[in-house]
Amino acid sequence: MLTHLPILQVIVPLLAAPSCMIIQRPILVWLFTLTVSGLSFLISLALLQQVMISGAISYELGGWAPPWGIEYRVDELSAVLLLIITFVSTVVLVATHASISKEIAEGRQSLFYVLYLLFLAGILGIVSTGDVFNVFVFLEISSLSAYALIAMGSGRRALWASYQYLILGTIGATFILISIGLMYQMTGTLNMVDLAQRLPEVAATRTIFAAFAFFIVGVSLKLALFPLHVWMPNAYAYAPSVITAFFAATSTKVALYLLIRFTFTVFGFSYSFSTLPLQPLFLGLGLLAIFAGSATAIYQQNIKHLFVYSSVAQIGYLVVGYSMGTPEGLTATLLHVFNHALMKSALFLALAAVIYQVGSAQLKDFRGLGHQMPLTMAAIVVGGLSLIGVPLTVGFISKWYLVMAAIENGWWPVAILIVLGSLLAIAYVWRLVETAYFSDPTPEANPVSEAPLAFLLPLWVLAGANIYFGVDTRLSLHLAQAVSQSLFGVSP
Amino acid sequence: MNIALETMLQLCILLPVLSAIGVVASNNYPNLREGLTIVTGLIILSFTISIYSSLGAGETIHAQWGEILPGLKLSFSVEPLGMLFALVASFLWPVTTLYSIGYMRNHNEKNQTRFYACFAIAIGCVMGIAFAGNLFTLFIFYEVLTLSTYPLVTHSGSENAKKGGRTYLAILLSTSIAFFLLAILGTWFVAGTLDFTPGGVFGANVDLTVAGILLALFIFGIGKAAIMPFHRWLPAAMVAPTPVSALLHAVAVVKAGVFTVVKVCVYIFGIDLLGELPSTQALLYLAGATVLLSSIVAMRQDNLKARLAYSTVSQLGYVTIGALMASSFGIVGGSMHIVMHAFGKIALFFCAGAILVATHKTQISQMRGLGQQMPITMVAFFIASLSIIGVPPTGGTWSKWFLLMGTLETQQWIIMSVLLVSSLLNIAYLLPIPFRAFFPGSQVEQIDNEIREAPLPSLIALCIVTLLCVVLFVYPQPLYDLANAILVNPAGAIQ
Repeated sequence: MLTHLPILQVIVPLLAAPSCMIIQRPILVWLFTLTVSGLSFLISLALLQQVMISGAISYELGGWAPPWGIEYRVDELSAVLLLIITFVSTVVLVATHASISKEIAEGRQSLFYVLYLLFLAGILGIVSTGDVFNVFVFLEISSLSAYALIAMGSGRRALWASYQYLILGTIGATFILISIGLMYQMTGTLNMVDLAQRLPEVAATRTIFAAFAFFIVGVSLKLALFPLHVWMPNAYAYAPSVITAFFAATSTKVALYLLIRFTFTVFGFSYSFSTLPLQPLFLGLGLLAIFAGSATAIYQQNIKHLFVYSSVAQIGYLVVGYSMGTPEGLTATLLHVFNHALMKSALFLALAAVIYQVGSAQLKDFRGLGHQMPLTMAAIVVGGLSLIGVPLTVGFISKWYLVMAAIENGWWPVAILIVLGSLLAIAYVWRLVETAYFSDPTPEANPVSEAPLAFLLPLWVLAGANIYFGVDTRLSLHLAQAVSQSLFGVSP
Repeated sequence: MNIALETMLQLCILLPVLSAIGVVASNNYPNLREGLTIVTGLIILSFTISIYSSLGAGETIHAQWGEILPGLKLSFSVEPLGMLFALVASFLWPVTTLYSIGYMRNHNEKNQTRFYACFAIAIGCVMGIAFAGNLFTLFIFYEVLTLSTYPLVTHSGSENAKKGGRTYLAILLSTSIAFFLLAILGTWFVAGTLDFTPGGVFGANVDLTVAGILLALFIFGIGKAAIMPFHRWLPAAMVAPTPVSALLHAVAVVKAGVFTVVKVCVYIFGIDLLGELPSTQALLYLAGATVLLSSIVAMRQDNLKARLAYSTVSQLGYVTIGALMASSFGIVGGSMHIVMHAFGKIALFFCAGAILVATHKTQISQMRGLGQQMPITMVAFFIASLSIIGVPPTGGTWSKWFLLMGTLETQQWIIMSVLLVSSLLNIAYLLPIPFRAFFPGSQVEQIDNEIREAPLPSLIALCIVTLLCVVLFVYPQPLYDLANAILVNPAGAIQ
């Protein structure tokens, strides 16, 4: 049983998805989905433990040996991502039943869970497979279910947002497919480890160069790296509220995983950072993302939009850390992957609670919520402080490592820009805090009460994690460093 | 003995925070709520006094709360400068609470529970800053202090208060994240440690340019020290209720700023290195400019609290000057000024609040002739003004004396004249207020016989702090010993 964990991680939600169609009652489907997600979380924990003890796990699908058969390969990086994804998925699901009962018609709710599990299976598959074509397949599974999930959002704008995402997402996926095809043409293999061995022989060819360039553009689209982020704000803002929480914490992280996996494992570090001007490109775009994203966030009236633009900025931080090309920079990026997943899932879940109670997430509807929904708003404050990077929250830990990595690289101006960028976060977070705590509600607004426990419980698990991992960094730091070491250990 | 002291040290930080929970729980019982605050304050005071008396016996007191990042622990230790600050803050907290009882109730303020709870958390942070064993710990409490005082500034919730709160938070958080954090990271990178070490953490071969830049980052980053151009938050914070302005924005928060400046100068750079840095002189002149300019701005304020706020900005510059002069007299004078100014300025704010509660007057021009109705308040105002100016028989005399000695020792003639001119300006903007109150001249407004002195609890608090301004003149020895020990014997013991 234990040896089959890598495939179980993917197959359990994948097989569970159609089963949702059989169970029609929303509450039962919800409990079923929650159980499946919880099971996936346990599997990811077991996998992480195994990987940490004995190194990367290779699983031969159907018993075919790797270069010919499909290999599932879970190393430190995959294991950490699996853990983050399944944890956030499970926690968010706790609130899902209550949240979608108001946002999605009852007849379509079981469909929602089907898509949810398909998306989960898709991103788990991307992270655990060791085969590049498999990556594309899972990418399409997750993307198609994501388009449909977004389209389920209330209001007709969700359809347009989903369509926009469909077009751009497909372009991104196609670019990645082209890249995979070119690599296959040159090497005759699709296995990542095998590719890594064969690519150096043909590294000088223009075909591989093109493959690399196609991949970088395609993955940047999926990553929503500035200026390829245009699909994200609407897609996330008009999706069902819990879906926003789940996507914001996982979807872009998976794209980042792909970026790291391909550049470090498949193409190899030295090729990736010397062939294309990857470093100045990603550094520049990352910094632009930080400032453009934060500055745009300041002017949003819809709080969902506000936090999505903040995500654009946070992706900038991730990419800046990555672009340093040092173990310290990568550690900072991975720490921030972990920490940002905690911040954004907490913030969007709190917004889901507000939408459940108030029915909207416009800034003006937050007036007086500090007194009417004290626990929800307190969680938003915790998440907001974390975004700013105030000590004792996870955001501070990320920022500390990121700035430290920049300084160790000798990039003093970058270090300064990173801290200046976080000042913009003060502006957009505080607009919300001030409205919620120090403005009286408008007279015509209905009195609002605190969100139900189904929201508060997962919300405070996440908000508590924002503080806990800001004080006790042993786990997150240990994982990030282990991943960084393993990645820099493989590549020369 | 030592274990007991270590427990006391940690309780000084924890108890106020715990009492905040108690305050929230006793929301519906105002007497219990405020009683709890005062009792906690007195317990903390007794703890700091015990720790102080044990310093003389040569005890070293340390405590640790675990490691947040590798090599960066939350650690606490007691040294003379922190002791000085902790004593002042823990003494003034119960006194201010006494004052608040009279003020808040008579002024019918809303949300009093939030007020007392945030106040208690802020004091816990101040204790954490005072006893911080390294720069990292200090920074954490510094940031939490900003956040916990923000609800106090915006207390009234009016548009004006929100605007003030915005400025407050924007400047304090921005400077601390943009410069202070960067300076800390730089120090960690260059020196490899953030522990407060007597004589400094930078070795002999540190690059002077780098260290000079770090010093500038520290001075600008510690926004609570209100060095121009980052002083705007302090006048903005005056929208807060008067007890907040009194304790936090004349004592706890601003003194946390200058305390950090002195601490960084003495224990991170060390005064030997400080004197050699290329940026020290420029920063010294900047502090001097702050002193003069804010005094001039203060003269033009008609709102009493605004005038006192600019006066605070100016007086904080004195402490920064003392630290940056990098001489033993400067450090002694600067750290003594932390205490002397605290008592003088809190008394002045208490007076301003008393006038507000009794007469609802905020503008200085309305206060002519007030001496007849509020004699105690206006006499206290007079004495406290003398202490700020620095003339006998008040405590302010000593700190200014040592600061001037420092300018002589380091031959900073320009700074010396800044200090002298500023004292004259102090006279010009402070003394006319009590004078006109007692001798209104011919253009006195109609005297309102309804006006009486402020409520009794406030009046008692006012008298205590004013009396101490005088006591500190007659009996400054313990204070001097502590201030002197910072350089002479930083390990802790006082001979």
